[in-house]
Amino acid sequence: MTSAAPPLPERRSFLHGVSVVLYRYPFLSIIALLLPILLWIGVIYLGSLTAMLAQGFFYLDGFTGRIVREFTLRTYQELLLQQNIDIFLRTILMAASVTLTCALLAFPLAYFMARFASGRTKALLYLGVMLPLWSSYLVRIYAWKLILAQEGIIGWLANALGLTGVLDAVLSIPGIGGPSLSFSIVGVYLVFVYIWLPYMILPINAALERVPKSVIEASGDLGARPGYTFRRIILPLAFPGVVAGSIFTFSLTLGDYIIPGVFGNSSYFIGQAVLVQQGTAGNIPLAAAMTVVPILVMGVYLLGARWLGAFDAL
Amino acid sequence: MRSDASFVNRAGIGLRAASTAVLIFLHFPILLIFLYAFNTEEAAYTFPPPGLTFDWFGVLLKRSDFWNALGLSLVVALVSTMIAVVLGTLAALAIYRSKFFGRDAISLMIILPIALPGIVTGIALRSALNISGLNFSFWTIVIGHATFCVVTVYNNVVARLRRTNYSQVEASMDLGASIWQTFRYVILPNIATALLAGGMLSFALSFDEVIVTTFTAGQQQTLPIWIFSQLQRPRDRPVTNVAALFVVATTLVPILLAYRFTRESGET
Repeated sequence: MTSAAPPLPERRSFLHGVSVVLYRYPFLSIIALLLPILLWIGVIYLGSLTAMLAQGFFYLDGFTGRIVREFTLRTYQELLLQQNIDIFLRTILMAASVTLTCALLAFPLAYFMARFASGRTKALLYLGVMLPLWSSYLVRIYAWKLILAQEGIIGWLANALGLTGVLDAVLSIPGIGGPSLSFSIVGVYLVFVYIWLPYMILPINAALERVPKSVIEASGDLGARPGYTFRRIILPLAFPGVVAGSIFTFSLTLGDYIIPGVFGNSSYFIGQAVLVQQGTAGNIPLAAAMTVVPILVMGVYLLGARWLGAFDAL
Repeated sequence: MRSDASFVNRAGIGLRAASTAVLIFLHFPILLIFLYAFNTEEAAYTFPPPGLTFDWFGVLLKRSDFWNALGLSLVVALVSTMIAVVLGTLAALAIYRSKFFGRDAISLMIILPIALPGIVTGIALRSALNISGLNFSFWTIVIGHATFCVVTVYNNVVARLRRTNYSQVEASMDLGASIWQTFRYVILPNIATALLAGGMLSFALSFDEVIVTTFTAGQQQTLPIWIFSQLQRPRDRPVTNVAALFVVATTLVPILLAYRFTRESGET
C-alpha cells in the first residue's frame, strides 16, 4: 500500500499521513477530538462532583469542629431533621408555584408570537424576550429592589390607586408576609417569576411554532370552534414545551440562593442552607449531603419530563 | 363564514392585552434602572425620584473598585470563551456524525454543569480545589466558567454541522487536503457564524455569572460579585444605580450582535 503511494513533499508528509490514518479510522479521530472535553469536563468537573458527593459520607465532629473522614450515614440522616425537611419543602413549593405562574404568564405571549406575529413583529418580539434573558441577572434583581422597596413604585402605585390596605393585608399574611415586599416570601416569589419567565416563554413558543397550520385549519373545517381547537389540538401539542420550560424554572429556583438572600426573611431555602453549612458553619459533609436533594429532585423531574416528551421540544 | 376565518387568523383582544402585559412586565424593571441612575436621592428608592442629576456618573468614574471588577470580568469572560470555543468545537466535530456508544452520555456530560443548580457546581469545584491544594486565583475562576460555557458553543456548532453537507469534507480529503486544511478551508467557513454566536453567548454567560464564581474566586471581585456586594451596601446606592445602568447598556451590544448572527442563519 505505502509503496504504491506517490512520493509526497517531505514537509507535508507527516500531517498528510496523520490525515489519511484518521480519515480511514474515524474512531481514532473521534477519540482525538473528544480527548480534551473528556479531560476537562470528565475529569475536572465529574471528578469534583464525585469528590463532593463522597464528602456527604463523612461527618463533622460537633465537639472538635473537625471533619472526620470515615464512612458514615449519619450526615445523610441529619437531612431528615424537621428543620431540614421544612427547608426542602419550602423550596420545592416555591419552585412549583414559580413554575406554574411562569407557565400561565408565558403561554399567551408564546402563543401570540407563534400564531399571529410574523416578519418584523416576530423578530422584535423574540428580541423582547431575549434581551431580559441575557441582561445581567444581578442588575435585574437590583431593579426589583427598587420596585419592591417600601417607598418604591409598588407602594406609590398602591397609594395612588387607594390600594394600600390590600398591600398591607398581603404583607401581614403570616409566613409569607414581612415588613415590606422587599423582605418577604411574596417578594422572593415575584422576583423568581420575573427572572425565570423568559426560560418558559422560549420552549413553549418553540413547541407552538411546530404545530402545523394545516392541523388547526382541519380542526376548524371539521366544525370545531376556535376555543375547542385550542383546548383539544393546540394545548396538547404545546404541552411538551411547557414541561421543557418548567425544567428550567424548577431547577433554577431550586438552586438559587441569591434571590431568597436578597429579598427573603429568616426562613432558608436549600441554596442558602447549603451556603451556610459550607461557609460559616464549616460543615462541608452536611452541605454536600444537602446538594443531593436538588440533584435527586431534578433527576425525578427529568425522568417525568422525558416520559411526557419534553426533550423533543427543547 | 368570512368573519369566522378572520377570527381564527387574528389575535383576540384578550390575547393581545395579555401578551402586551407580559412584555411590559419583562421590560419595565430594566427601564426603571435607566430612571434611577439619574436620581438625586442618596438613601432611598422613592418613586417618583425627587430630582434628576448626572452627578453620579462622575462619582462612578472615580471608583477604581468598579473598573477593576469590570476589567477582571472582561478578561475572565474572554479567556473562558476561548477555552469553551476550542473544547466545544472539538466535541461538536466528534459528536455530530457519529453514533457510537456513549454519545448521549457525552452530550449529557457537557450539559450537566449548566443543568445542575449553580450551587452544586460551585461547591463541587470548591471542594475539589480545597483537596487539590490549589490557591484561588484568576485561573480557578476561569476553570469554573469554561466548564459551564462549553455547552453554548457546543450546541450552536452541532446544530450548524448537522445542516452542513458532509460530502464537502469528503471531497476536500479526496482531493488530498490534510485534516488541518479541510478544517481551515471547508469546515471553519461553514461554522464561523455559529462559532461567533456561541462564543458571544458564552461570553455573556461568563460575564454575568455569580453563583459558581462565589465559590471559585478568592479575594478577587468579578463585576457580578462587585454588584452583589453593593446590594449589601445601602449607603452606596447612587453608585450602584449608575453601575447597573452601565452594565445593562454594555450587555445590550453582544446580545444584539449574537441575535443578528443567529437570525441570519436561522438558528435559535
